[in-house]
Amino acid sequence: MTLATAAAQAPAGVRFRPAHVAWALLALAVLLTLLRPALPDGIVRPPEWLVWPISEGLNRFFDWLQNDVGFSVVTRGFAAAVGWLLDLASALLVPTRRGYPLPDVVCQNIGLCTGHAIPWTIFAITGFCVGTWLRSWKLGLLCGLTFVYLAVFGQWQWAMQTLSQVAVAVPLSVALGFVLGALAWRKQWFEQVLTPLLNLAQSVPHLSYLIPVVVFFGVGDHAGVIATVVFATPPMVRMTILGLRKVPPEVIESGQMCGATRWQVMRHARVPTARAEILVGVNQVIMQCLAMVVIASFIGSPGLGDKLLNYLQSLRIGSSIEIGVSIVLIAVMLDQLSRAWAEKQPVHWERGTPWHVRHRMLLVWSGLVIAALLATLAHDYAHEIPRRKAISTKDFWDAGVDHLLAWLSAPAAKVRDFLLLQVLTPIRDAFQYPPFLAVLAAVAAVGWAVGGARSALTVVLLIAFLAVSGWWDRSMITAYMVTVAVVLAVAIGLPVGVWASLPRPSRGSPGWWFNQAVRMLGILIVSAVGAAAVVFVLETVVPPTPAVEYSLFLAALAAIAYGIERYTRDVTRDRFLLFLCDTVQTFPSFIYLIPVIMLFQVNDVAAIAGVIIYGTVPMLRYTVEGMRGVPASLVEAAEMSGATRMQKLRTVSLPLALPTIMIGLNQTVMFSLMMVIIAAFIGTQDLGQEIMRAKALSDVGMSLVLGFCVAAMGLAVDHVATRWAAKRKKALGL
Amino acid sequence: MAAPIRVKEGALTEDPVIRCKHLWKIYGPAPEELLRAHGGAPSPEAVRESGHVAAVRDVSIEIGKGELLVVMGLSGSGKSTLVRCLSRLVEATAGEIEVEGEDLRALDEKGLIRMRRQKMGMVFQNFALLPHRTVLENVAFPLEMRGQGRHERRDRAMEVIKLVGLEGREEHFPRELSGGQQQRVGIARSLAIEPDIWFLDEPFSALDPLIRREMQDEFLRLREILKKTIVFITHDFDEALRLADRIAIMYDGAVEQVDTPDRIVMEPATEYVGRFTHEISKARVVHARALAEPLDGRIVDGKAVPGDATIASLGRQLIGTDAEYLPVADSAGVVDGVINRMRALELLFAEDPS
Ligand SMILES: Nc1ncnc2c1ncn2[C@@H]1O[C@H](COP(=O)(O)OP(=O)(O)OP(=O)(O)O)[C@@H](O)[C@H]1O
Ligand SMILES: [Mg+2]
Repeated sequence: MTLATAAAQAPAGVRFRPAHVAWALLALAVLLTLLRPALPDGIVRPPEWLVWPISEGLNRFFDWLQNDVGFSVVTRGFAAAVGWLLDLASALLVPTRRGYPLPDVVCQNIGLCTGHAIPWTIFAITGFCVGTWLRSWKLGLLCGLTFVYLAVFGQWQWAMQTLSQVAVAVPLSVALGFVLGALAWRKQWFEQVLTPLLNLAQSVPHLSYLIPVVVFFGVGDHAGVIATVVFATPPMVRMTILGLRKVPPEVIESGQMCGATRWQVMRHARVPTARAEILVGVNQVIMQCLAMVVIASFIGSPGLGDKLLNYLQSLRIGSSIEIGVSIVLIAVMLDQLSRAWAEKQPVHWERGTPWHVRHRMLLVWSGLVIAALLATLAHDYAHEIPRRKAISTKDFWDAGVDHLLAWLSAPAAKVRDFLLLQVLTPIRDAFQYPPFLAVLAAVAAVGWAVGGARSALTVVLLIAFLAVSGWWDRSMITAYMVTVAVVLAVAIGLPVGVWASLPRPSRGSPGWWFNQAVRMLGILIVSAVGAAAVVFVLETVVPPTPAVEYSLFLAALAAIAYGIERYTRDVTRDRFLLFLCDTVQTFPSFIYLIPVIMLFQVNDVAAIAGVIIYGTVPMLRYTVEGMRGVPASLVEAAEMSGATRMQKLRTVSLPLALPTIMIGLNQTVMFSLMMVIIAAFIGTQDLGQEIMRAKALSDVGMSLVLGFCVAAMGLAVDHVATRWAAKRKKALGL
Repeated sequence: MAAPIRVKEGALTEDPVIRCKHLWKIYGPAPEELLRAHGGAPSPEAVRESGHVAAVRDVSIEIGKGELLVVMGLSGSGKSTLVRCLSRLVEATAGEIEVEGEDLRALDEKGLIRMRRQKMGMVFQNFALLPHRTVLENVAFPLEMRGQGRHERRDRAMEVIKLVGLEGREEHFPRELSGGQQQRVGIARSLAIEPDIWFLDEPFSALDPLIRREMQDEFLRLREILKKTIVFITHDFDEALRLADRIAIMYDGAVEQVDTPDRIVMEPATEYVGRFTHEISKARVVHARALAEPLDGRIVDGKAVPGDATIASLGRQLIGTDAEYLPVADSAGVVDGVINRMRALELLFAEDPS
């Protein structure tokens, strides 16, 4: 600050201000771009000699690790251990798995060699009881009904395959993350080593994890689990460090004064006091595991993801939707359960409370389980509902979607062609036009403007990696897709977020009526679809007469509409939006490709549209959070100065919310990068496509280098955004 | 001040339980080097210039058996650090600490843990209870660390819980209790192992005035029963006066004066102590005994005033006679001195600074 002002006062031409350097760099970039036709080839595109054979090097390194060092013994042992755990889990969960992976002696004597998967009824009961115990009967009902849905709609086997992988991956990730986190908390140097690795791990796309894992561990569910563990551990590490660090020193001192040894302090004072943070970490691990297990279908993990992939590839929308619903239900259930667990506070029982009162839930559970076991004896359906007997709504959705498409496809095709030819292709060419040195100069300019020489160097090095890796052109295509998606996501997310956090219109005003009208319309549409689905299900079970069917539809419509109306009456716009964001984020990201592929077929428009759906979420969320965080006193002060609504927004709320919004933008870029890569599987031409190819060739080096390319772009944006936000925040004294 | 230290009658500090000599605690990049460079006693300026903070500066104190020493001083004056050095929650930079004749700083981890399990208890300002344990389990925690059996633990914990008046709450969790109740749990926990030495770091500061008063009464009651050696930190002069045998006043890491409340008020050793006590109405602090002169064969009549009454509480009696001297009686009722009535009245009507 002082330096800058001093420099400004110095005679002109003696010293630069940072801004001058940035402008100069930008001018250089523009100049290079304009001069492109006259430039030698080595400036326009990264010259051959600049491209290092990084992927070959990596491949040789991994080869050496595997064969010469004998790393394969370790990996094989590890794979076998994970495989055994998986066998055990799926023997318990998956109906078609036969027998437990136990030594023959045990197996023959106890008779565990034949299939004894746990019946679905017991899962439903357990889900209900655990949910009720952890929070409320509503959560219990959600959990119970989730399992009922999975069983009744014929998703049981796939869901259980997925869940058995989650069940193995979560404890492994939690244990690994906790140990690493505790070590990092204890030893400063270890944290310094770990932090950049965590940053990198969290910005490399899911898919890039898969290939090295395949090379080391082969394909199949055990490889999926290992990839999942690697992917899901970082948040656990972070939350563990955070939690352990947050424990008040007095609590530790009190433990020490009680004469506790180091280990006792850790076990009895520090870890239990950090319980909430650690459990938030567990929650994140669970969600990451579920997302990754679904994606691990790419490397041959069976389960919901695998089926979804199949159905999507053959565009069987109805079945895809049913699986999507399963994934979402499981995600919501696991999320809510682990959150409820994190939030659950111990409640005391008065002395002398009898055992059966203390453990009422346990008794209820035992009773229901016995009943369920008896039911399995009476009828096989209580044990397992075979898929061909299951209900399915896929025809309903297929018909509905066909209907919708018949309506929409013509205009959608027009929009698509227009966008592709008139908008996207020119933009894409524009991205590929500037010489790579110009791009580097522009990037350096941004870095310099934000954080001086150091930031400039950081971002330039990151982006230069794209040139050095030999994937410059592909990277620019990724950059183009992400840029378009991010610009659109901001164009949607920012105004909507701001609108949502404006003060609520007063009852009876035009704004209020408008809101109510929109809400009612939304409720009507949702309940109509819901009621139609209900009627459809009934039709497949017991075909009713038309009159009955009609009244049933109306009854269902009224019931659903009433329910939603009651539930959303007091929900403000911002809360509704945050709820929507939460929901969108619980879906595995590639679900968003379903609707866009249906509308636009397979091309850049579809990919970008899918990315936008996912990328808008953080923009919305952080805009709302940022606007909420503006101190009310400042807004009131502006009001008292006679500012109009727009003036208040422009002069007070937005500038103050901007640093937070910037973090949202940063995340939007990250999300978009990840999603663009995933979108590759519907056929784009960027890095993601190459990652898919690397996967097909199982070329570890290539896939890692491609992953690093994505990470480099992400980290560069991240660096600029966080620097800028930190600077602004400091300047605003927030 | 080399004057003999007067504790409650009889209990002189001939056999100190805690004795520390030239104790230093310096925070910063290289504390040991700093001390060495300045021959073990750097000046405050030298400390500051080198970018260090001297939280405890050359402190020498002796605390007698059964004595209650109150440590006072402004925020940041090093009270907590001093007490944490004495309990070795932080490692002192230099100096000696002896606890019951044992060199505390030389103890290894095992020895330290043994010392804490047998001799020391501490109460913290923000209670520092373990949130996942019930009252009973919190109180039993030190016993559990000691490896005592479940039943013994329980019985002893219940005993202390009764002692602090929390009976019936033993199954509650800390967050289900009020601040005052939580601090009672903290007190009970620190008492569970029957420590000889009891450290309390601003135990009542987080409580509202009414509860604080109640907790002080409770504390005095416990003190009467338990007769422990106590180091008590507070910000609050009234609290110090109610509780203290002696008061240590700290300023910028150094102990400016350690003395009885009477002498701190009557004879401040340094200018700082004088300013610190300036606001206090002296008559409320000073006891008749502190003003007493020897009998010297004088014959005085009239009703003897008790030596442990404050001058403020004797106001009526002082005004009600016109004798030059009033007799002072010790706790057994034997007259062993006289006070000059005019001197006492001067004190009583001294300009009230407030
Ligand atoms: N861990 C530490 N690192 C660096 N400096 C510290 C540390 N702990 C305490 N200090 C410094 O030592 C000085 C004394 O702190 P201490 O906590 O002992 O004060 P205190 O008298 O207990 O104050 P309060 O009444 O606010 O509790 C302060 O200047 C503080 O900044
Ligand atoms: Mg303190």
